[in-house]
Amino acid sequence: MQRRTFLATLAASLAPRMTWADVGAPAYLAAGKRGENFFLHGLTSTGTSLFRIALPGRGHAAAAHPRLAEAVAFARRPGTFALVIDCATGETRHRLTPPDGMQFNGHGAYSLDGSLMMTSEVVAETSEGRIGLWDTARYTRLADWPSQGIGPHEIERLSDGRLAVANGGIKTDPVDRSKLNIPDMRPNLTLLSPDGTPLDQIELPDLRQNSIRHLALMGDTIAFAMQWEGDPSEAVPQLGLWTPGTAPILCTPPEAQAFTMQGYAGSIAATKDRILITSPKGGALMLFDAKGTNVATHHRPDLCGAAASSAGFTVTDGQGAIWAASDDSLTPLASDQTQWDNHLVALG
Amino acid sequence: MRATLLALLLASPALADTATVVTDHARPGYAAFDEAAQRLADVESCDAQALRPAFQAAYDAWMAVEHLHLGPAEEDGRSLAILFWPDAKGTGAKAQDALLQSDPQTLTTDGMAQQSVAARGLAGLERLLYPAEPLPADPCPLIQVTVDDLARQAEALAAGWGPYGDDLLTAGQPGNTRFLKPEEATQALFTQLATGLEFIADRRIGRPLGTFDKPRPDLAEGHASGRALANITLSLQALRGLAASLSPDSSKTLAGFDHAIGLAQALDDPNLDRVADPQGWLKLEILQQAVRATRDTAVAELGPALGVDLGFNSQDGD
Repeated sequence: MQRRTFLATLAASLAPRMTWADVGAPAYLAAGKRGENFFLHGLTSTGTSLFRIALPGRGHAAAAHPRLAEAVAFARRPGTFALVIDCATGETRHRLTPPDGMQFNGHGAYSLDGSLMMTSEVVAETSEGRIGLWDTARYTRLADWPSQGIGPHEIERLSDGRLAVANGGIKTDPVDRSKLNIPDMRPNLTLLSPDGTPLDQIELPDLRQNSIRHLALMGDTIAFAMQWEGDPSEAVPQLGLWTPGTAPILCTPPEAQAFTMQGYAGSIAATKDRILITSPKGGALMLFDAKGTNVATHHRPDLCGAAASSAGFTVTDGQGAIWAASDDSLTPLASDQTQWDNHLVALG
Repeated sequence: MRATLLALLLASPALADTATVVTDHARPGYAAFDEAAQRLADVESCDAQALRPAFQAAYDAWMAVEHLHLGPAEEDGRSLAILFWPDAKGTGAKAQDALLQSDPQTLTTDGMAQQSVAARGLAGLERLLYPAEPLPADPCPLIQVTVDDLARQAEALAAGWGPYGDDLLTAGQPGNTRFLKPEEATQALFTQLATGLEFIADRRIGRPLGTFDKPRPDLAEGHASGRALANITLSLQALRGLAASLSPDSSKTLAGFDHAIGLAQALDDPNLDRVADPQGWLKLEILQQAVRATRDTAVAELGPALGVDLGFNSQDGD
């Protein structure tokens, strides 16, 4: 390391760190594209952008530090880097690269106190899943753990520190992302202890081609969203609920809406009594109650990002709009030229 | 600068294209389907022979609008209640068997609206009018409620396209909470063009095509009523109409459609039974490739012309 760079890094790490409150207390982070440029935005609860920070390429998801105005932006899969962004200054504090032969897989999660960050990763050649562990003081790599499956995607930290991992089950080509094992795929949902020890795991024996990809927490229950890789003529659920220690519940929509989601859920979010899944392919979102019964469906092309809000849910679409979603309605909050990417990340 | 000006001038007719789709394509198409469905319901007979011509005409009319998976067709699963296909698990036949063997007094048009969508509509009627095996009971009461239910759905769709069409026509205007910008309406229709062609290639052709070693003509849409090829040809013609309404000058796309429609007509194999022979299989596969090529051409040609693209997230996959 050059002396000057070293000093700059040292100065940066010693400077007082701003908190989310210092940058206007955004409710959400979202990546988006405007024209040919890519940005990470901090959004208010009504969809107003408080700040935007240029990204070098299309983002996928972000993980937000629980207190500091600091976020990790993940590139789309297969990701060879992730950026730790200071959301107060817009500067990139750190550029994270996984160890040789590994790739980031789009999602990450912080520990409750923010001192650690976990990333979903794969061994590039085999798609074998790993969870990378990082010390956030300097974002140094501490260790990695087996994710207990192939192709982990979203990870969620439970309030007690356990980690839920959606092992999507799909082996992909390290370069072009093509899917290599669709006939034999075996997704699972795994629960790891705070130190990476496997605690529990479920599979869906009758739905092995339903890739478990995205997660949301509802108390002790893990809501999981799936993407169907089998015959598109088969009606399959896109949502499941798992309370560890019990059998998972699959949430099937009414028959007339069996194909509304086109077998695909892109994002999931939960409040204390509702779960919302979006389908950009189906141009729709569905709301379910805590028992897994479908209570509402709303249509809008290219909906994807979703997060809980104080009044229900906020969702974003690829046409630049931000919406409030409830059982009764889908109401526009804001609309401009930014095409919002797959995920909306709630802060706080 | 000149290019920018030109782009600005060209950007505004997007709404005109949307308007053409609403007024010349969608609304007349749904009105024609509504009329055909009412005529089917008006047939004063339960005799399959007497019903078949009106059934075929209603099915033809549906193929002219089936590709519009938006608005009223999506509400309450209405398009599925009109044509549930493919029915991979035979849900519709099972539900109909139960209905056929129930007390005919319990069959009502209102009740039919509560039944499985797989048992209703054109696919349900096809099984009653072209049964593969003798039916377990007199189908007359079930036929009557099924045609009446179909006619109600058709009427609701045609009516629904009044306000829904207005939403498309007023895209971007204050108070329109469905289409927040003018180009959103255009994009919604453009998406139907691409997904409609994908559906023809992947399902309508793909299911009977099966694999070279295992072709499945019996899985074709409308196989029992002899409509397998007609459905492919009619849906290609309908989507050609959508493309021409959206962008009349899209010569490459329209040529692609004409080529594919020509290939379909040349198959001269109403139920695609010849896919069982290697040569017939290859001919259908060539048609499938032509449909996929037309889809790619349409996306490349119409997207820039209309100033829209396919969904940012829906095309990404994650």
